[in-house]
Amino acid sequence: MAVAALEQEILSLRKRRQLYSLIGLLLVVAVLASGYSKSNEMNSGGFLQGLSKFFDYPGEIVVEAWEAGPAFFGLIVRFMPAMLETLNIAGVATLLGGAMAVILAMASTRNVDSWGPLIPVVRRMMDIMRAFPELIIALFLIFVLGSSPVPAMIAVAFHTAGALGKLFSEVNENIDRKPIEGLSACGASWLQRIRYAVMPQVAPNYLSYFLLRLEINVRASAILGFVGAGGIGQELRRTIGWGKGAGDETAAIFVLLFLTIMLIDQLSSYLRGKLVGASRAH
Amino acid sequence: MVRWLLSRSTTNKHEQGWRVIQFQEVTKTFGTRTAVNKVSFGIEKPQMVGVIGRSGAGKSTLLRMINRLTPATTGRILFNDHDILRLKGGMMRRWQRDCAMVFQQFNLVPRLDVVTNVMLGRLNGHGTLKSLFNVFSKDDVNAALSALDRLGIAQEAPKRAEELSGGQQQRVAIARALMQDPHMILADEPIASLDPMNAKIVMDALREIHDRDNKIVICNLHTLDTARNYCDRVIGMRDGFIVFDGKPEELTTSAAREIYGADESFNEAATSTAIDAGQTGSPESVGAMTPAAAAAV
Repeated sequence: MAVAALEQEILSLRKRRQLYSLIGLLLVVAVLASGYSKSNEMNSGGFLQGLSKFFDYPGEIVVEAWEAGPAFFGLIVRFMPAMLETLNIAGVATLLGGAMAVILAMASTRNVDSWGPLIPVVRRMMDIMRAFPELIIALFLIFVLGSSPVPAMIAVAFHTAGALGKLFSEVNENIDRKPIEGLSACGASWLQRIRYAVMPQVAPNYLSYFLLRLEINVRASAILGFVGAGGIGQELRRTIGWGKGAGDETAAIFVLLFLTIMLIDQLSSYLRGKLVGASRAH
Repeated sequence: MVRWLLSRSTTNKHEQGWRVIQFQEVTKTFGTRTAVNKVSFGIEKPQMVGVIGRSGAGKSTLLRMINRLTPATTGRILFNDHDILRLKGGMMRRWQRDCAMVFQQFNLVPRLDVVTNVMLGRLNGHGTLKSLFNVFSKDDVNAALSALDRLGIAQEAPKRAEELSGGQQQRVAIARALMQDPHMILADEPIASLDPMNAKIVMDALREIHDRDNKIVICNLHTLDTARNYCDRVIGMRDGFIVFDGKPEELTTSAAREIYGADESFNEAATSTAIDAGQTGSPESVGAMTPAAAAAV
């Protein structure tokens, strides 16, 4: 009897919940629908008309590229120097940022005997460096230093130092202290201990993170061209800005960018696999 | 500079004996626990000293304080009348080179090759820039190889340290210690993670260094038979105090019970690592350095 009453209660409760859910759903749909018509009114063109055009532009690019025929490959070659410039920005920035990151990591990990008071200071410094996206730093630096690859390089290096420094420092946390102690007992200085007891242990992982960052930085450097940092990004902005007529060039840049990034990704994941494998084998 | 100071006072001392290390009321506390409690003793001549006692008795702390890996809380450790606990910076590192340390877990750099590991013993004499670029002289390589040869593992020189067996790694560690050209060798449980055969090789090597080079060797041990077989003097520690200090012959079963805080059921043969322990019911006939002649009391 008591069970039957409970059953009634639960059933009515469930019904009420379902009703609330239905009302909630209807409300959301209503808000979305009214929002759509509102924003559609404010657009210069309609959303549905725009939707069909969405595929028009890529279609045009493909058609133009097709019409260019064998000359298309000439275009790819023509944009090669711009691509190289982007790779240069990424390469130099990763090298400089990586070197900086090693210094920051060694100064901010208790496990490798960093100087105590410096540790929180360096850590916060890295947080700040990491917090600013490359794009923001590049915009600022291009305003100060003018349009050239140098501000882009500095921007990417700055962000890289913070990001890699954090990862390197985490690698440092996990190393074996015994070799450090062994060298301490020989009377080795801090720098010597870092060089001989820490570096051999962390080198494979550092290199792996470094390659990963190189991949990321190639993409970042391509984007930075849009704010005037040179390289393939700048070419892309130019050809897209021209719209019709430059479709074959845009397509060539897309293909080049896609192939390069894929190549670097594959190469770095292959190398990283080997590195991690090598450190696991022992 | 320390070496100059030390060697000058050494010549003063030379008539009376040899280099002297003197503990004066040395205490080390970790929080509320006292690991080493007002320990005073001296080593006046180049002896091979074995320090025994159960885990936590303060043996490791004692050794690590000499090498300055662990700071002492109070007291003085004098080496040729210099308080080595007060050395700082470069002077301290110079001292650390002079008292080489051998560890239970070898503490080599696993990914570096054996010969480099041995040469690292000389880092203290090298300038920062030179050592950062991995520059070692031909002389360093030769010295490292002859140290390895002395321990019978020269053929392993090009291998990575991590590829070697435990016994071989410990011999590499001893070669590194030799490379430091130290006044004394401090061995912290050097054979605790080795099998009996390798333990014998390593102890023989330490004894040989003492015999041939006339160096002080202080060795923490956890087996009584090893201490009896290899050492000229045995120091027993219990709860931070020295409770035994004498010749190995004086280390009777009752003395051992006192050191380990054990009762009548204490049986040395049960934990002995000597190969023929348990078979020979021989009494304490330990005088020679033959490690196989174990004492099963």
